[in-house]
Amino acid sequence: MASKEKMSELQKRREQIQLGGGEIAIQKQVAMGKMTARERIIQILDDGTFNEYDLFVEHDARDFGMEGKVLHGDGVVTGTGTIGGKPVCIFAQDFTVAGGSLGSMHARKITKIMDHSLKMRMPLIGINDSGGARIQEGVNSLAGYGEIFFRNTLASGVIPQISVILGPCAGGAVYSPALTDFVFVVDNISKMFITGPEVIKTVLGEDISMEELGGARVHSEMTGNAHFFAESEAECFDQIKTLLNYIPWSNSCIPVKKPVKMPLEDFDINEIVPSDKSLPYDVRDVIRAVSDNSEFLEVQELWAANIVIGFGRIDGITVGYVANQPKVLAGVLDVDSSDKSARFIRYCDAFNIPIVTLVDLPGYLPGVDQEHAGVIRHGAKLLYAYSEATVPKITVILRKAYGGGYIAMNSRHLRADFVFAWPDAEVAVMGPEGAANIIFRKEIAAAEDPDKIRKEKVAEYIEKFANPYVAAAKGFIDSVIEPQETRRSLIHALEVSSNKEIGIPRKKHGIPPF
Amino acid sequence: MTATKKTSPGKGKKPSQAVVVDDFVVEFRKYKTELNRKFLERKPWVPKDERMVVSFIPGTVTSVFVTEGQHVEEGKELMILEAMKMKNRIYADRSGVVKKINVSIGERVPKSKVMFEMDLD
Repeated sequence: MASKEKMSELQKRREQIQLGGGEIAIQKQVAMGKMTARERIIQILDDGTFNEYDLFVEHDARDFGMEGKVLHGDGVVTGTGTIGGKPVCIFAQDFTVAGGSLGSMHARKITKIMDHSLKMRMPLIGINDSGGARIQEGVNSLAGYGEIFFRNTLASGVIPQISVILGPCAGGAVYSPALTDFVFVVDNISKMFITGPEVIKTVLGEDISMEELGGARVHSEMTGNAHFFAESEAECFDQIKTLLNYIPWSNSCIPVKKPVKMPLEDFDINEIVPSDKSLPYDVRDVIRAVSDNSEFLEVQELWAANIVIGFGRIDGITVGYVANQPKVLAGVLDVDSSDKSARFIRYCDAFNIPIVTLVDLPGYLPGVDQEHAGVIRHGAKLLYAYSEATVPKITVILRKAYGGGYIAMNSRHLRADFVFAWPDAEVAVMGPEGAANIIFRKEIAAAEDPDKIRKEKVAEYIEKFANPYVAAAKGFIDSVIEPQETRRSLIHALEVSSNKEIGIPRKKHGIPPF
Repeated sequence: MTATKKTSPGKGKKPSQAVVVDDFVVEFRKYKTELNRKFLERKPWVPKDERMVVSFIPGTVTSVFVTEGQHVEEGKELMILEAMKMKNRIYADRSGVVKKINVSIGERVPKSKVMFEMDLD
């Protein structure tokens, strides 16, 4: 056994280092409304499970007066622990130590825990709170970032990677979160940007605050860089735990099946969708009406809200939902909603999560801005993601499915395993108004009362084509079901496809329209 | 489109702007739906006016090589707009007479400022 002196020396060293940047720096951190790095880790992990690694690491900088400086833990806390009894890797940058700046040893601590998480196949949670590169360490600091980005990419699709932005995350540093699966932000605390307000002001003369440039709300609503928005750090940690409850620990396992719970009676599936195709409703109510305990964890709730994505359970099995949202922009597909859903589909596919698609869309968003923003390229991502996905793919057409939108929303033609439609569904090459205008153009133009004839022709088209039976007659729809049969049909489809196995042509990788 | 309801700028987890309309048209049909902030803030497209020489980047005017009333050929160097440590040479896209110069040397210009107005041949 070690001598008393050695033991107390260890004790002393630990206590000193665990204080990070010291009392004053901690007070400053608290004054900003932020927790310290260790507090954050302890709050996320199960009680008493944190095992810290590399506590005694020191920086190795020798220039600009750094040789005399002591930076405890080199500004980052790393280790392992459990969440819900299962092991995870975690790191948290410590803003109280040199502003959480990233030097070569700081980066090495992070890459070590990343390597560990990939090797041991467990999720990686990274808490970002850093002023950026440690300028005194020059290119060594850049090398550190590069090593992190490389590992993010290598681990992508193998283990879940979660980034939590709890302070500034600026310059090159933002690319690590951008490469991970889910980015969590907290109002008034998270700040992400490539070039900050000062540079923008000096170079471009544009005056903008940090919050307006890259605050939590901006990234949750405008850019789509963030996936979960919380109002406090505590709420953010709850969100992380909820998410981990739905997803598997790596791509070589499936999500844990939970006890089955019936949906709540508050969500009456017969009463949600109006028959009048012009009227909106909240598609999340349909999701809740078919999900266990009516629970739904929405991802990117505020961005591109015209499509809804997220996780729920059906009969205890985790599914990923993709649903058009008629409540926002009539549920159209556009640049952002295509990007949002395509990436989510690839996430589900990578982690063995069946995809349930709910369809009700009028088509693509018209507009010069959309065309010039490359809606062709972005829209193609959705087709690519669905076509490529080999997990069970189940579609329910709730109401409208027109044209290119019908194809894109996991149609039979992209190898959906099951396609159900409600009796109100309209599956057609385009909406009745548009179709009648084209097919009967001459009759309408020649008529004495064009409006009357147009109305008649629209009615005729609706009668003949605006239903699910034309598509069902071709076998493009497997079954027309009553809304109340939806959950049962989904459960059956999930059961039947639980051993699904299909091949894809041998390739290194495809070329998705990034 | 006519707004029927406007909610106050977002606090908490609500979207920061939500305007509900009942005449959002997609393929000849009108829909009642919410418009989000990004849609409301989109910039309407305007065709390019070839008579205007517009700054493509914010920067500082370091040289002007022509004067008002001068006739210039297509490809003539009009000025230098320094931005991001780069001296960007601005050329005439079309031949014509320089009608008006709206910048002076040393001036910092924002993006999309009309710097020269031309009477095209």
